[in-house]
Amino acid sequence: MSSSRSGIPHYWVALRAMLVLTVVLGVAYPLIITGTGQLALPAQANGTIETVDGGTVGSALIGQSFSDADGNPLPEWFQPRPSAAGEGYDGGASSGSNYGPENTDLIAAIEERKAQIAEFNSVYPDDIPADALTASASGLDPHISPEYALLQVNRIAAERTLSVEDVRALVESHIQARELGYLGEPTVNVLQLNIALTALKA
Amino acid sequence: MDVFFAVLQVATLALILTLLYRPLGDYMARTYTSKKDLKAERGFYRVIGVDSRVEQTWQSYLRGVLAFSVVGLLFVYLLQRIQAVLPYSLGLPAVPEGLSFNTAASFVANTNWQSYSPDVTMGYTVQIAGLAVQNFVSAAVGIAIAIALVRGFTRRESTTIGNFWVDLTRGILRLLLPLSMVGAVVLLVGGVIQNFNGFTEITTLSGGLQNLPGGPVASQEVIKNLGTNGGGFFNANASHPFENPNAWTSLFQNVLMLMIPFSLPRTFGRMVGNHKQGYAILAVMGTIFVASLTFLTLFELNGAGTAPELAGGAMEGKEQRFGIFASTLFGSTSTLTSTGAVNSMHDSYTSLGGMMPMLNMMLGEVAPGGVGSGLYGMLVLAIIAVFVGGLLVGRTPEYLGKKIGPKEIKLASLYILVTPTIVLLGTALSFAIPAVRADVESTSIWNPGIHGLSEVLYAFTSAANNNGSAFAGLTANTPWFNTALGVAMLLGRFIPIVLVLALAGSLAAQDKVPATAGTLPTHRPQFVGLLIGVTIIITALTYFPVLALGPLAEGLQ
Repeated sequence: MSSSRSGIPHYWVALRAMLVLTVVLGVAYPLIITGTGQLALPAQANGTIETVDGGTVGSALIGQSFSDADGNPLPEWFQPRPSAAGEGYDGGASSGSNYGPENTDLIAAIEERKAQIAEFNSVYPDDIPADALTASASGLDPHISPEYALLQVNRIAAERTLSVEDVRALVESHIQARELGYLGEPTVNVLQLNIALTALKA
Repeated sequence: MDVFFAVLQVATLALILTLLYRPLGDYMARTYTSKKDLKAERGFYRVIGVDSRVEQTWQSYLRGVLAFSVVGLLFVYLLQRIQAVLPYSLGLPAVPEGLSFNTAASFVANTNWQSYSPDVTMGYTVQIAGLAVQNFVSAAVGIAIAIALVRGFTRRESTTIGNFWVDLTRGILRLLLPLSMVGAVVLLVGGVIQNFNGFTEITTLSGGLQNLPGGPVASQEVIKNLGTNGGGFFNANASHPFENPNAWTSLFQNVLMLMIPFSLPRTFGRMVGNHKQGYAILAVMGTIFVASLTFLTLFELNGAGTAPELAGGAMEGKEQRFGIFASTLFGSTSTLTSTGAVNSMHDSYTSLGGMMPMLNMMLGEVAPGGVGSGLYGMLVLAIIAVFVGGLLVGRTPEYLGKKIGPKEIKLASLYILVTPTIVLLGTALSFAIPAVRADVESTSIWNPGIHGLSEVLYAFTSAANNNGSAFAGLTANTPWFNTALGVAMLLGRFIPIVLVLALAGSLAAQDKVPATAGTLPTHRPQFVGLLIGVTIIITALTYFPVLALGPLAEGLQ
């Protein structure tokens, strides 16, 4: 049986079809999209890079750690969410924790984070929002909730000898509303907030 | 207020899909019924040696599907095996044999189960020339099968059901490729990356080091959703900010996943010459979709369980920019279609919340289901429903003027038995074979106890239904899972395809019978209710016992 005019077997048709389709869909198509992106939308196509004084400090879309070499949070920076990507915010190893809701390791981790964040910021444990206590899906979440950003204001102001009002105003100016007013959740971009923080003078 | 935003989000999605229903559904009907070939298509047929005017019997059509899929399987396998010498492979070695088989099976079967972490396994060439090509062609195969089945209903005493190579080509060139070109640009605007930069090491603001990934992501992200494939460019899939940067790109990806499956009922209605038949199917799909989404959202919002309650919300494994609502919408869409992409980690959902994606897949992915596979799955269930209806009133069942005789019922019954058999057998064997069990428990399962059983059940449910999402804590890159899930994906894809094409052939060969007073009307709310009931009862009876051992036990303890 054959579908072809000259009695070519199906496998031969399939092989030729696969080769042509690979050239069209696997080479030409991605190259056209790459060309379009690089010419028309180079900033987005290359990862929405943030620079300070001309030097790249990261991507606005990819969260990063603000910790010392031992992994301890640096008190002078706004802190991101916990991360399960590699050792934390590893751009080459995106991942969630995948802990289930009854996993004892997760329960212990949340308890430990709660105590650490409460002490670090001198706040009540019950005032800590959920995003601060949980690892994101990607491990690269660039955002925290406005509540978690505001919770860190007093600590930042004290560490940097800035006025609480100034730091709070800075955070409030960095709160991004829901997309189109109703999609997703309000966010604060930690890297952009910290970049703005470096420009803040006492 | 939050609930208002959530409703508005779903309303926006519904509005966009409603606006697309007629033009896209009609366009697809024209695409697959037109007698004319485009110039590019004529050239393509010449190169591959196909006469587009010659139609095929169902057996020949099936041989085309299988030959094309076997070639695709070998092709993706080989590309992975020679990765070390391919350009733009980021210095990555050849993919091991077992994993290469699993991945090739996975992408050819429109599943996109990923036993591997793409960030550290697949270079750019394998991704674009191997995996993304299958994202296009396996989707086009799915739609072709659905169209062939619809032709079975429309034809009288016909020995043929169309030409596979023509259906495949048109699905790609007239539907998937143009939509992908537009969709990729929309994603680029939203911030999805598209480059060949590899990894860039940067110094972070506080003086640390970070590797920023690059990659041709937008071109792959769009077809991954549009073709209900689901395989992420990155390990974190659509939760990775470079795949899905914000809440509107996330909504857009929902549109991409749903637009073809939800518009195919229109195509069906147009081809059988009665739009009301299409609306009835659409109503069944839409009702189940809204109900399932509501349950998942309520479970996650409620945040039951020790860890979510301690944290003050079910935010483990969810991104701040998406929150609960954009996460549950994406999770529902992805598992009610056969996509399996995730923008939140299903393994970390609340116990009952985590049951919903599983249940969505167990329904057979028919609400609205994968591209093509959703429609043909639903039409098989419709055949079962008219049969049940016929039994109730004591008449010979008919559907769209075709008698549903013993042969049709046998094929439909086998169809609904295939996936549950694979799911339950695979899960049972994972624990019944002592050596396998030891490996599963020590290496693969991430969350101990009841949740571990759910991880294995989820894996086989996902593989056999060609979804591809996971309770991703499971380490599936082991000999047992690579083999068993690879086989499950192939059987779960191609046995139903054999049965559907046989059904198409059997229906096409019949003459049409005129509707009589005893004919059950299949375009009225009564039939919609019956079909919803049949869908849910079949699933519930099959899977309730095993769900009671897994997520139900965890959620109710």
